[in-house]
Amino acid sequence: MTQDATPASLQPPRQMMGRGNAWLRGLGAVLVSMAMTFLGLIAITFFVGRVVPIDPVIAVVGDRAPIEVYNAVRAEMGLDDPLILQFLRYVADVLTGDLGMSISTGGRVIDDLVRVFPATLELATLGIIIGVLLGVPMGVYAASHHGTFVDHAIRVLGLVGYAVPAFWLGLVGLAVLYARLQIVGGPGRLDFFYDGLVPPVTGLILVDSLLAGDMAVFRNAFSHIILPAAVLGFFSLAYISRMTRSFMLDQLSQDFIMTARVKGISERRVIWHHAFRPIRVPLVTVIGLSYASLLEGSVMIETVFSWPGIGNYLTTALLNADMNAVLGATLVIGMVFILINKGSDVLYRLIDPRARA
Amino acid sequence: MKPILEVENLRVSFPAPRGRVEVVKGINFSLGAERLGIVGESGSGKSMTGRSILRLIQRPGRVTADRLQFEEVDILSASDRQMRAVRGARISMVMQDPKFSLNPVITIGDQIAEGLVAHRRLPRAQVKEKTLEMLRAVRIADPEKVVKLYPHQVSGGMGQRVMIAMMLIPEPTLLIADEPTSALDVSVQAQVLDIIDELIRRNNMGLILISHDLLLVSAYCDRILVMRNGEVVDECAARDLAASTHPYTRGLLAAMPHLNETRDELPMLDRRSQAT
Repeated sequence: MTQDATPASLQPPRQMMGRGNAWLRGLGAVLVSMAMTFLGLIAITFFVGRVVPIDPVIAVVGDRAPIEVYNAVRAEMGLDDPLILQFLRYVADVLTGDLGMSISTGGRVIDDLVRVFPATLELATLGIIIGVLLGVPMGVYAASHHGTFVDHAIRVLGLVGYAVPAFWLGLVGLAVLYARLQIVGGPGRLDFFYDGLVPPVTGLILVDSLLAGDMAVFRNAFSHIILPAAVLGFFSLAYISRMTRSFMLDQLSQDFIMTARVKGISERRVIWHHAFRPIRVPLVTVIGLSYASLLEGSVMIETVFSWPGIGNYLTTALLNADMNAVLGATLVIGMVFILINKGSDVLYRLIDPRARA
Repeated sequence: MKPILEVENLRVSFPAPRGRVEVVKGINFSLGAERLGIVGESGSGKSMTGRSILRLIQRPGRVTADRLQFEEVDILSASDRQMRAVRGARISMVMQDPKFSLNPVITIGDQIAEGLVAHRRLPRAQVKEKTLEMLRAVRIADPEKVVKLYPHQVSGGMGQRVMIAMMLIPEPTLLIADEPTSALDVSVQAQVLDIIDELIRRNNMGLILISHDLLLVSAYCDRILVMRNGEVVDECAARDLAASTHPYTRGLLAAMPHLNETRDELPMLDRRSQAT
């Protein structure tokens, strides 16, 4: 009875409030699950750090220190405490951004990561943009022209992308486009005399130079990044166009495509509106995974192009047994994976009505 | 009665490892504003006949005919653009299973409206009004709610009614219904067919009902073609079906169980005697 007595005008806002709460609750659930995953990631890097046969004490005192010094430093570093206490301390350190000192660079690991990660982020982002902007339309075109010459040509291009080693393509690209034709910049992110001209805000030089309004720096940075990004883009394009093609072929043989054709709508609309929409969900996964693998830092590409990114940093750290740097970089890469996975989960729900509970 | 569709010597073939295989082998029929039933077993070519009228058979399939004329349109020589103007607007098709024949990620309302918008420029409000009206015509009680739903949120029977609404909204003159009830529960089959029947009569349309169900076809059609192995083997008025003397039709009829069945075993078609 009390419900019946509620004025009708009060009901719509209530409903909206309910919906807002559900949305907030959804967001909360996502955040909690991300936090848990991240904690798991920290636990794994922590235990990996304990298991590897690299003694952090010797890394500090050197292998000729007397046993008393060794023991004193060991106690000071808290390595005699119970493992759980050490773990909690590690979690607290990570949460406050303290990842220890790097023995190969001599600086704090967190500072190193803040410096190298944007370089990789910039390269990977431009690479995936190239891969998606070319790969998706190519895959769709190949599928809708199944069996034609263009379809075969796109498939061969994809195969080449799989088969050609990245470092070879990078080297040939440098030799032809930089050394001979001089139409792109050489290795590194910038030429000498442009270095340090714009204040680092985001660490992405393309963005920072635009923020500073310095087009000369922007053009120089672009000439440096375009070749490695194109090489990375070519590899993700190979994968993305192949997957797009096979998803599209699958959709184009579905009954609802015939339904769409029966309606008399244009073939372009059949392809993009009816066949492409359902594949956006698996495509988000494919693109997300491609992007994540680019963000790990392509060691080959970063080495060939002397790109000061995370792949380069991680390799150097590994070769120097610099555990703090290795674990720090691993944490960053793991976090990128978590973020991209959660991001695609959220996108799914926006894209696919069947995934909305 | 002036025919709206004339079919002469229609052939459909597909490539196979050893030469092309004909799945429709030169059939003839014509159709006015009447209800024609095509019955036959699986693989008899009845669906291919329906699809070739809309020119929906894709490469490498091939359709030939001496004559395939729909009103003033020569279907086989029409351009793609002319064909698109015929599809949906003048000839439409209801397919078998709404679970697969409706797009899973587009709302029901948008899918119904699309068929209309593709052929006529109308203000948005009018499109919406027509969509709701069409849903009411297929006996959907709460159309305002249903237009916002996605296909996975409705039952099979309702999905098929949505399909009918979608196909009839541009007011075509010919509807091809390809096994429209085979995927549905028996309890909703009659309802769906009654709706088709009512709308066909009201709009004075032609209907081609493709089915493997003899009784159903004889109940809802005026005339029946019986197909087998890509050929029309028997043709009769629906009410004369029971009196057909053709051995294949008799065989099919005999193989149907009856409610007051006294036979221990249902007879099977003796294919040896009819082998070509």
